[in-house]
Amino acid sequence: MFKDITIGQYVEGNSFIHKMDARVKILLSLFYIIILFLISSPVAYAVFTAFTLFLVYLSKVPPKFILRGLKPMMYILVFTAVLNLFMTQGSTVLWVCPFWSTLKITKEGLTTAVLMILRLVYLVIGTSVLTLTTSPLMLTDGIEKILKPFEIIKVPSHEIAMMMTIAIRFIPTLSEETEKIMKAQMARGADFESGNVLKRAKAMIPLLVPLFISAFRRADDLAVAMDSRCYHGGKNRTRMKQMKMTVRDLWATLFMVGFAAAVIFIQKLM
Amino acid sequence: MIDIEKLSFSYDDEETHEKKFVIKELDLYIDKGSFVAVLGHNGSGKSTLAKHLNGILLPSGGKVYIAGMDTADEKNTFSIRSTAGMVFQNPDNQIVAAVVEDEVAFAPENLGVPPEEIRRRVDECLEIVNMSEFAKSSPSRLSGGQKQRVAIAGVLAMEPECIILDEPTAMLDPKGRREVMRTIKSLNKSRGMTVVLITHYMDEAAMADRIVVMEKGSVIIDDVPKKVFSEVEKIKEIGLDVPQVTELLFRLRSMGIDMPEDIISVEECEKVILDRLKGLKND
Repeated sequence: MFKDITIGQYVEGNSFIHKMDARVKILLSLFYIIILFLISSPVAYAVFTAFTLFLVYLSKVPPKFILRGLKPMMYILVFTAVLNLFMTQGSTVLWVCPFWSTLKITKEGLTTAVLMILRLVYLVIGTSVLTLTTSPLMLTDGIEKILKPFEIIKVPSHEIAMMMTIAIRFIPTLSEETEKIMKAQMARGADFESGNVLKRAKAMIPLLVPLFISAFRRADDLAVAMDSRCYHGGKNRTRMKQMKMTVRDLWATLFMVGFAAAVIFIQKLM
Repeated sequence: MIDIEKLSFSYDDEETHEKKFVIKELDLYIDKGSFVAVLGHNGSGKSTLAKHLNGILLPSGGKVYIAGMDTADEKNTFSIRSTAGMVFQNPDNQIVAAVVEDEVAFAPENLGVPPEEIRRRVDECLEIVNMSEFAKSSPSRLSGGQKQRVAIAGVLAMEPECIILDEPTAMLDPKGRREVMRTIKSLNKSRGMTVVLITHYMDEAAMADRIVVMEKGSVIIDDVPKKVFSEVEKIKEIGLDVPQVTELLFRLRSMGIDMPEDIISVEECEKVILDRLKGLKND
């Protein structure tokens, strides 16, 4: 059951976006999301759609990977759409429920619903392009570097990145262990599959206790092993893989800024 | 290289509030470039001894010097840990990074080594343990023996003079054990690295230049393998075994067949037995 968890479903590649600096990519993704929430007119959305498709094309990531990220969003999308469709007040009424006249669809409601769905879909696509083209390690390194200036206000940037690295490293180890414990308990008659939600949740308790104990033991061992290799936090630490910003990143940033200006101009104009 | 003087390590028992000694007044000197195996069964204090060799545990009494540095002096901690690198039992619990080459780079990164130098060391160390082709792999996809070799490379990247291995093969299958032992042996023979191998496998101990047998926190035997294993009765008395070939020849001897006492490797044993059989045929 833990096999399905894939954090950072990185797809290896050699595209323009793959080669960009992780820090720039993270910041530009944030920028992308901000623009997405600033616009509301249909024309601006059309331009934004074209831009998003261009990003996907540029990343050379097979579209099915991006669509896979949308699947778990299905219910939220439908829920948001329905809510906006019926709840938005407006002047032009398109349809009124014959049994209950408060339930009606207005033109404004329809537009809001469509734009809302698009906003959520682009949000997922934008962040997927980031995580699909950046290895988890680069991502954590990038986050560490971005958070570095905030150390003045006591943000433990190195510690956050180190915790993320170790968490990613231990996902396969712990999932293997869970499977082992599950099999051992199933061999002795434990039942994880039948019964209602409550019953199944209860069956997980004897699974979680040994898993937690072993995780703590592993953490203890790992701490000693890290100590033995002279780990002493982020101070005076160097990195083998240096992050380098290239002309590529400059172009990407300029392009993004230009695009933002254009979209916001269109938004203001329409 | 390693100089231990009257080392004691004790803790207070929670119930009786008595001092319990794990190691008691232990003296041991290990030469540079030697390969020493430390034998003993559970609770003999051998792992505790190992943890004193790079300052993870500090002595309750006595002194431990690594290359002349006192482990109790906090200023020395990092130079001691990079001089005497340590490999642990469970390969899964000592790997920090999600990519092999980043794992090997971890220690030099901590030491503040410049990036180009780290790159050079990582490539070199992976080459030494014969894992270069897996540089970009995830450690979770490797076998136990391969993981342990990556762990060894991770320690070698500090360029230590001495490597301490605390039961490195205890969780491995026979194939993994052979791989790891071959790596350890070549580190000692071709690179002159001082090796301290804590183990409970007699066959592994037999590969060393010197065997130290521990019992209840003290050293009870300290000699070359051939000598140590020739005293089969004494070894068995303290609950340890001898290598299989030594056992075989011991039994032959006790049946009245004249066999030498100092055989510890399969090759030597094979030769001795074949010679005897040929002798019988000629008679």
